[in-house]
Amino acid sequence: MQGTPTEIATRHLAETSRWKPMEFVFWLVAFGAIWLLPSHHLILNEIIITALFAMSLDLILGYAGIASLGHAAFFGFGAYFAGIFAIRVIGDPLTGLVLATLASGALGFITSFLVLRGVDLARLMVTLGVALVLGEIANKMTWLTGGADGLQGVVMGPVLGLFEFDLYGRTAYVYSLVITFLLFLMARRIVVSPFGLSLRTIRDNPLRARAIGIPVNRRLIAVYTLAAAYAGAAGALLAQTTQFVSLDVIALHRSADVLLMLVIGGTGYLYGGFAGAIVFKVLQDVISNWTPQYWTFWIGLILVILVLIGRERMNHRAAVLWARLRGKPEPRPRTIVGGH
Amino acid sequence: MLTILFDGIAYGMVLFVLACGLSITLGLMNFVNLAHGVFAMVGGYVTAILMNRLGVPFLATLPFAFLVPAAFGLVLERTLYQRLYNRNHLDQVLFTIGLVFMAIAAVDYVMGSQPQLIQLPSWLRGRVDVFGVQIGLYRSFIIVVCGFLVVGLQFVLAKTRFGAQLRAAVDDARVARGLGINTSLVFAATFAAGSGLAGLGGALGAEILGLDPTFPLKFLIYFMIVVTVGGTSSLTGPFFASLLLGIADVAGKYYVPSLGAFVIYTVMIVVLVFRPQGLFVKAR
Repeated sequence: MQGTPTEIATRHLAETSRWKPMEFVFWLVAFGAIWLLPSHHLILNEIIITALFAMSLDLILGYAGIASLGHAAFFGFGAYFAGIFAIRVIGDPLTGLVLATLASGALGFITSFLVLRGVDLARLMVTLGVALVLGEIANKMTWLTGGADGLQGVVMGPVLGLFEFDLYGRTAYVYSLVITFLLFLMARRIVVSPFGLSLRTIRDNPLRARAIGIPVNRRLIAVYTLAAAYAGAAGALLAQTTQFVSLDVIALHRSADVLLMLVIGGTGYLYGGFAGAIVFKVLQDVISNWTPQYWTFWIGLILVILVLIGRERMNHRAAVLWARLRGKPEPRPRTIVGGH
Repeated sequence: MLTILFDGIAYGMVLFVLACGLSITLGLMNFVNLAHGVFAMVGGYVTAILMNRLGVPFLATLPFAFLVPAAFGLVLERTLYQRLYNRNHLDQVLFTIGLVFMAIAAVDYVMGSQPQLIQLPSWLRGRVDVFGVQIGLYRSFIIVVCGFLVVGLQFVLAKTRFGAQLRAAVDDARVARGLGINTSLVFAATFAAGSGLAGLGGALGAEILGLDPTFPLKFLIYFMIVVTVGGTSSLTGPFFASLLLGIADVAGKYYVPSLGAFVIYTVMIVVLVFRPQGLFVKAR
């Protein structure tokens, strides 16, 4: 590994940007599910949307180190935007999706300035506060959002004018999967770009990042906006494929759930959201079949145990195991996302 | 008008008793304890159970509403919380949110999801008319009790040896340890006392705030507003923040009910953006 810093960095980025075999397998399975699991399209659709949402949180938490307790703000905003757009303007899914994504991005851009101001606890509280304010607005503007009854009467046109949404969720799943895949490709490209590298620098040490000339604030605003747009896209997909939006999309527990998924799946490699969403949804399904009313207890217990064991240690163990299986040298423990 | 002010003050007093423990633990250990409301809920339920099932008079239940959550807090602190003091805030948030979820489901399982009613003794019910202002007896009772608590807390913090140790530990835990203060003991005692106070607040406030299994989540945001707006370095900051919040919330609900909780959330964001250290603290 010789050369100027620029060469080393370029080589490093090229290496990390190469597709690994497991990634091909993952996406083949995801697309294969269209034909292999025809009776599960509804739940698969839900999983893939949740995964996209979790991935959007990974962009800020895993790559830039911004912990958010209110990421559902953008998810909910996107969902309401897409739903209301379909009712009041036109029912074309793609137009609604693009506009909802852009609008959520704009909201993310505006609120990013609030988030940047504080550090740590203040930042957590601001993200939480933004989500609460939006939730309260959605609750009170009954004429627009339907308030506590939810937004009803969303009717979607066919995707691209060709594919009608069906009862079994087949179109819904294919639509969500394709959109998620495209957004994933973009996110993957972004995180292995020099821009993504600078984000990780900021995450690991904001002070040094600033000292070597990285415009910290501008980078954080950019990635926060991007993550908000992604979350908005996920929300829009949910609104369009289920044709219903309720206050639930913006509630605190949704922000907490997505954080939990990401913690289960691991942060900072984009697939954490997918792994977490799958585990979470399956768990939710199993536990709520077994004890419908009290399933939050077990989710809480999982959270507590996860934290007590230590997220970093667990991820590191998994990485070591993985390396051993493939006969590669063991990775060094990495310092991960920290509050302080 | 004055009645609203009065109700607001009583509400704010309860909020202060509920949240002051949180403010101390946050300032002392830099620990984000989102599960603080769980202790308040425990206190409220202790009172409700003692009164409704065992027929203990209201006043006699209050010491238990302090002691049970305090003991509960002490056990949790020694077994679980202390492992997380030097973790980052995200871990603490996840851990305590997990605790909140567990507590809500557990209480729902044991007690049912219906709100608990507390029958106040007859001498605390009703209102009296003082110079044309309607004054609720129970609310004046709350103000008196909480007033004594505030004065007592301030006294302990300012005049006693323990208070001095506590303040030293808040200012700089490392130096305090170096001076031979057993900070771990101070932490544990403070955590227990804070949990106990939360429980007492939960019991006193059950009539005003309502009490059901979702209590910790519903009032979480109120506690956090008190703490973030008031700052964590003293008790006076959270005290004024509580009063402000109480009055604003009661007045807001009375005059502009259509805005709902919108106002206080917005105020919180504005304060956080311009004064991240809190409203009553000089920026360091």
